[in-house]
Amino acid sequence: MERIAITKAASDIVNQLKKNHGELIFHQSGGCCDGSSPMLLEKDEFYIDESDILLGKIAGVNFYMNQDQFDYWKHTHLTIDITKGRGASFSLEIPLELRFIVHSRLLTPEELAHFDISKE
Amino acid sequence: MSYAKPTFKEKYDNFINGKFVAPLGGDYFTNTSPIDNSLIAKYPRSQKEDIELAVNAANEAKDAWGKTSVTERATLLNKVADIIEANLEEFALVETCDNGKPIRETLNADIPLCVDHWRYFASCIRAEEGGASELDQHTLSLTIKEPLGVVGQIIPWNFPLLMLSWKLPPALATGNCVVLKPAEQTPSSATLLMEKIADIFPPGVLNIVHGFGPEAGKPLASHARIDKVAFTGETTTGQLIMQYASKNLNPVTMELGGKSPNIFFNSVMDEDDAFLDKAIEGAVLFAFNQGEVCTSPSRILVQEDIYDQFMARVIARTNAIIQDNPYDINTMVGAQASNDQYEKIKSYFKIGKDEGAKVLAGGEANALNGNLANGFYIKPTLLEGHNKMRVFQEEIFGPVACVTKFKDEAEALEIANDTLYGLGAGVWTRDAHQLYQIPRAIKAGRVWVNCYHAYPAHAPFGGYKKSGFGRENHRMMMSHYRQTKNMLISYDKNKLGFF
Repeated sequence: MERIAITKAASDIVNQLKKNHGELIFHQSGGCCDGSSPMLLEKDEFYIDESDILLGKIAGVNFYMNQDQFDYWKHTHLTIDITKGRGASFSLEIPLELRFIVHSRLLTPEELAHFDISKE
Repeated sequence: MSYAKPTFKEKYDNFINGKFVAPLGGDYFTNTSPIDNSLIAKYPRSQKEDIELAVNAANEAKDAWGKTSVTERATLLNKVADIIEANLEEFALVETCDNGKPIRETLNADIPLCVDHWRYFASCIRAEEGGASELDQHTLSLTIKEPLGVVGQIIPWNFPLLMLSWKLPPALATGNCVVLKPAEQTPSSATLLMEKIADIFPPGVLNIVHGFGPEAGKPLASHARIDKVAFTGETTTGQLIMQYASKNLNPVTMELGGKSPNIFFNSVMDEDDAFLDKAIEGAVLFAFNQGEVCTSPSRILVQEDIYDQFMARVIARTNAIIQDNPYDINTMVGAQASNDQYEKIKSYFKIGKDEGAKVLAGGEANALNGNLANGFYIKPTLLEGHNKMRVFQEEIFGPVACVTKFKDEAEALEIANDTLYGLGAGVWTRDAHQLYQIPRAIKAGRVWVNCYHAYPAHAPFGGYKKSGFGRENHRMMMSHYRQTKNMLISYDKNKLGFF
């Protein structure tokens, strides 16, 4: 069972960007403007430590979220998709006039049990 | 009354070293209006080399600019204010076209506030005094403020010219040179301003470079020859900019958004009077600027014994909002700034409903007619639920408020502070004790008490917690752009006697 998935269209863009930028990571942002959106960054660009939770690997790329944000998101399953857009952050797909976006659903009872999450 | 879309040139350039220059790589991006997805103009898709040009120009200008008198700098800031004021309608139209916000807001809020912020910092720098302390009868400590040098500023798209006017005046007033990157969604009003004020500042003092975050924003934020970065945006980019600053050991200021609670105590309904009417409007202010405000009152907390009656009035007022052509003076809510924002808001409607939130108003996109069918309109929306839902915890940046009830003061505070952020909050009550005690107990930098969404100059604005740090809109912002020079002077003719 996985917490996170990626659409074919988004996966194609990740693979395209890997050719130009090498190893990549996703980090889920929060806050205003372009917040609440996933950021695709070069792997060594962003300082990751134990306060970042690894949600899984999509298109060969680790997807992280900060622990305190994860506490509010942990009961949901995320699918990373891509849409036309302008963005306003340092995420690498922005010059392609595209923007990664999160689609969410609730984890099923089986998934909640699997990930050992009690419903609040 | 309705205005027409303003006209633009085919393309615009960066403003570097006192003149408009094409991006070195020759690339431009196409900017469109979220009102109807129509073409505005092409703007430079700048790269590292363009940032280099601007940073060089600013570094060359900084010594002379830093030595200008405060009289001279204040005079120039006031000239900028006069020029914006004299062209208020033109700026308002361009801003509405680029951002999608209604013209009544740009005419009456955005642009007049811009004018006032330039004037405010012109006054502050004139009125300021340094410090002199006599430490003993022979020793004087003299404190003098000096400019940092060159400042990089990265601003958002929700109030394009106003965010520029929050950032530039304190930096320029204190004698810094600036390289500013407007948001790639909304490059137009900054460019119009440079056209109007091209001759005001000496070349290199003020530089505007357009482009995308990873291509132009990153080289600006990480540049070794800037002395400070000011950023408004989101948390991941905030962390990245702080990482770059740590390499350069540079100061930064950050404004990173929030999920602001707007709390209504039962005494607001003690009378059916003007104040209750004001409080209902205060709840509906979540729809102001399409909810694209860092301090949007996006969590409405209502005391349980007035919940049904109060919310009935809030729902009725929300459903009465006019969402239509942003160029029409009667329109209250316009278009979201871009397609990706529009899609993001819709994805929150889905997860909100999945989590069991009840739609009290809106809850879907608004399909308008004619050319507006191509724009990005979301109906003002009220979602009822509880504070652990994701729609209560994440900044949706749309005209969406999440509503919940509380029993008493303790529960109101528990819900209000149960958030990662701490930028804004609202407290509405007729109780004199609550008026003071509740705002003090909320962990947020700005608490509006019996009002909301006022942003006057001379009221410090900034965040607690993950909303960032630094205080804008106030003279204290000047200290974020300066070094402190201490001269410790001895008037004693006698030696220490150590050697």
